[in-house]
Amino acid sequence: MIADIKQGAVKENIFSDEKILVIKHLYKAFGNYQVLIDFNLEVSKGESVVVLGKSGSGKSVLIKCIIGLLKPDSGTIEMLGENIGDLDNEELDKIRAKAGFLFQSNALYDSMTVRENLEFPLRRHWIEVSQNEIDLMVTEALEDVGLVHTIDMMPAALSGGMRKRIALARTLILKPDIILYDEPTTGLDPMTGKEIIDLMMGIKKKYNTTSLIISHDMNCVKHAGDRVVILLEGRCYADGTYEALKQHPDLKVKQFFE
Amino acid sequence: MIQSPAIKIFLNEVGELSRFTGRFFNQCFKPRYEFKEFIRQCFVIGYRSLPLVALTAFILGLVLTMQLRPSMVDYGVESQIPVIVGIAIIREIGPVITALIFAGKIGSSIGAELGSMKVTEQIDAMEVSGTNPFKYLAVTRIIAATVMLPVLVILGNAISLYGSYLGVNMQSTTSFSLFWTQVFDSLSFSDVVPSFVKSFFFGFAVGIIGCYKGYNSNKGTEGVGHSANSAVVVSSVMIFIIDLLAVQVTQALGLN
Ligand SMILES: Nc1ncnc2c1ncn2[C@@H]1O[C@H](COP(=O)(O)OP(=O)(O)OP(=O)(O)O)[C@@H](O)[C@H]1O
Ligand SMILES: [Mg+2]
Repeated sequence: MIADIKQGAVKENIFSDEKILVIKHLYKAFGNYQVLIDFNLEVSKGESVVVLGKSGSGKSVLIKCIIGLLKPDSGTIEMLGENIGDLDNEELDKIRAKAGFLFQSNALYDSMTVRENLEFPLRRHWIEVSQNEIDLMVTEALEDVGLVHTIDMMPAALSGGMRKRIALARTLILKPDIILYDEPTTGLDPMTGKEIIDLMMGIKKKYNTTSLIISHDMNCVKHAGDRVVILLEGRCYADGTYEALKQHPDLKVKQFFE
Repeated sequence: MIQSPAIKIFLNEVGELSRFTGRFFNQCFKPRYEFKEFIRQCFVIGYRSLPLVALTAFILGLVLTMQLRPSMVDYGVESQIPVIVGIAIIREIGPVITALIFAGKIGSSIGAELGSMKVTEQIDAMEVSGTNPFKYLAVTRIIAATVMLPVLVILGNAISLYGSYLGVNMQSTTSFSLFWTQVFDSLSFSDVVPSFVKSFFFGFAVGIIGCYKGYNSNKGTEGVGHSANSAVVVSSVMIFIIDLLAVQVTQALGLN
């Protein structure tokens, strides 16, 4: 078996030592099917890490374990200083208010307008805000993604790229410390995908958020990540910068970059 | 042990549905209470099914009266039509037909709505937004269905009887007040209460089965369609089973 190949990971560390996310020995199986076997990952404050993996390799499972939607069978996940497995529901909600999650399928609420979609997390997280503040926050989030004019539209009336941007605005509205992106560009044409990547980078700059991006889109991997982690065979198979991994001698790593 | 896969699937389904029901009772008494959403669901559920319930109830009362008339005339008890129709509608036909319409309309829409929310990760999105989706989506709908169906049954019964009144008046005449006096005089406590109580159970069955099917929907549009469809089928069968049990219970209690 090939152990973790940490080539290129020791590039001069421009990020602070504060770890926002630490995953240790994560194991998750569905019945006899082992999805994650021994996954380890650390993400520093302000860093953007892309997890690259084939379809069905367990990327969504990984990110859902992080946010507590799935329970790992063993291993620990520490996010923003809290061990996710130890938290009760209320504490988990508090952490979730500080962590944004962009769903692969956007998960916009079909029965609500764009405004109601954006208000939902604000109202539900027990946060004390007045209607005035809510309006301001909604407008700001929509400005960030350039879609203020859609505020009273229903999600069904929007294009795929617009829906993705609204979903991003909903993720942003609580000004999270870390954003978890589940395949933000999948299913979009390359141009729209590029716009989403630009938006993500703009957001990162503006709010100094940490990001964990799950993807198999090379464009996204190339532009959005400071560091790339390859998820293969349930493990963190390789870890390094885009450039370093591209030159990687291992054939299984190379095939991602072909 | 269990040979036939069909029986295995059936028992498995029964087990899962019981677990889901247990989860409902476990969650519905714990705070945070989703009161606002519950009221909204009551309104939506009632409003959505009222036109259909009213229309079918009206036709039902009218047709039942017209169909009964020839035999009643033969036996020379034409004047007893309001009594017979009143008892038939209040005791059995009103609750069951309204519940079946309700299952078709509300059961399927709950199944489809929750099913599509499930497959498009909207339920997960609620969970990460500080909401217990089971409470917000399922508990509110189940309680709303349970309280709204009896209301619809009462309205439906009244409309059916009005239809019957018109039916009586098509070939002979009776005054409005005479018709109602005849209906109510013939009804006793044991006609009204058991049928009212059983409509709560009908409503609960429609709500819980719709939510269960939606919550366990498979990926894809086919999965959502299947959830909606089986929500209607299972809750319709369930309505008849409850009806059968209800009549046994009322008999055992000596309420017949
Ligand atoms: N709730 C579940 N129950 C059973 N198996 C599951 C469940 N969730 C995921 N799996 C299985 O885990 C594997 C990984 O799924 P996952 O959704 O994480 O893939 P992915 O890497 O996100 O793929 P994609 O790029 O298609 O989104 C799949 O084979 C899937 O069948
Ligand atoms: Mg996925």
